[in-house]
Amino acid sequence: MRIQIDDDKCQGHARCYAISQELFDVDDYGQSSVRNGGAVPDGLVDKARLAIANCPEFAISEVPES
Amino acid sequence: MTRTEPVSDWTTDFEVLDESYVLDPFSRWDELRGTCPIASTDRRGRAWLPTTYEDVTALARDVARFSSIDTAVITTEVNPEDPQLPYGLPPITSDPPLHTWTRRLLLPWFSHAKVASYEPMTRQLCASLVDARLAEGRADAAADYAQQIPVRVIGAILGVPEQLSATFTGWVRDALEFADDPERRRRGNFGIGYYLWDRINERRDEEGEDLLSYLLHARVDGEPIDDMIILGMAMLTMIAGIDTTWSAIGSSLWHLATHDEDRERLVAEPGLMDTAVEELLRAYSPVTMARIVTEDVEFRGCPMRAGDKVLMNFPAANRDPAAFERADEVVLDRAENRHVAFGSGIHRCAGSNLARMELRVALEEWLAKVPTFHLADGAEVLWAGGQVRGPREMEVVFE
Repeated sequence: MRIQIDDDKCQGHARCYAISQELFDVDDYGQSSVRNGGAVPDGLVDKARLAIANCPEFAISEVPES
Repeated sequence: MTRTEPVSDWTTDFEVLDESYVLDPFSRWDELRGTCPIASTDRRGRAWLPTTYEDVTALARDVARFSSIDTAVITTEVNPEDPQLPYGLPPITSDPPLHTWTRRLLLPWFSHAKVASYEPMTRQLCASLVDARLAEGRADAAADYAQQIPVRVIGAILGVPEQLSATFTGWVRDALEFADDPERRRRGNFGIGYYLWDRINERRDEEGEDLLSYLLHARVDGEPIDDMIILGMAMLTMIAGIDTTWSAIGSSLWHLATHDEDRERLVAEPGLMDTAVEELLRAYSPVTMARIVTEDVEFRGCPMRAGDKVLMNFPAANRDPAAFERADEVVLDRAENRHVAFGSGIHRCAGSNLARMELRVALEEWLAKVPTFHLADGAEVLWAGGQVRGPREMEVVFE
């Protein structure tokens, strides 16, 4: 699984960071980013899905398999 | 409680200060979602009240047509002879581009890392406030506890001495809670404004570690910031960080005082605190902000005219059954909770990290010392509503 953040949608609620600091980082301005290029280790898939489901801006999504 | 004219029809004559609405807005929103999801009123000019998650978030994101130039749920007429803040309280009462750079200056003060540094002080403060009431075995959980916390935390960030907490609490309440009393509102705004103006002037020569000093010495595109923008930003930090957060703490304690199962569960399973905090924020979102329509627009069939007010009813959006399962229940372990208690779009509350920390710590410290409590027999809970909803008097008894 791979996830991505739409920087234009992210408004810094930091819900993703609260759910998983292994998957997400957040800067001093609240902008979130994915770690490891968005690669989600198997053990963190549930947390990735929770982060997607809790973002109030719908800014996080799964990258479709190419 | 404010006295208002009786409402003839909630779809065309809503009144956010109506006593029944302040006490129970939830059933009114449910009713409106089924009949007229965007209500209107002509009291104090034309205003619109959306009640669904989809509408409220769509309106919040359309910043070009729905301006933040006046975010007051009820606007007080200004006396033209009074000194004015030409830029309002940026970034909250501004649109881009002023919004963008003023917000960027404030955000690092409320980053995760900064907020973590305020946590030990907050924890100590909360513990001492509970300790002070333990012997008595009862407290006004709103006035003696919730109301005492954010003013001191924000005061530390702004560089305001603790002895003035009660004065500030009074001013902030005057500024926000008494929409029908312009003189009282004026007193609150002037109290805060002149006090902060004096502190700003003190810091011109001497740079301190606080937010006021930082704003005063910051440069934007090589230029110092206009004094009136600094004052507006300082007033915003004071006003927005106090009434709102204590309302969230107070409403959460009200819920726990009146729902034994939830209280017992949270005490038994402290690991639920993170989801519980988000759920309490969702269910009892305190804050409604307004927008001003910039051009005539038909939104969901509603003929909104330039100058109309639209109330960003985030509290109602968070109770919308189309967006949340069991929307009217508090589910402490709700895993999926896309609530917008802190707004959505570019005006997302800049202090949301701080507010979350304060709410979590306030509940943890209270429950650690007072795991069992309920509303005092016969005590009436006094609620404030309008811009910010939360309990102002709430006598509870410890067991």
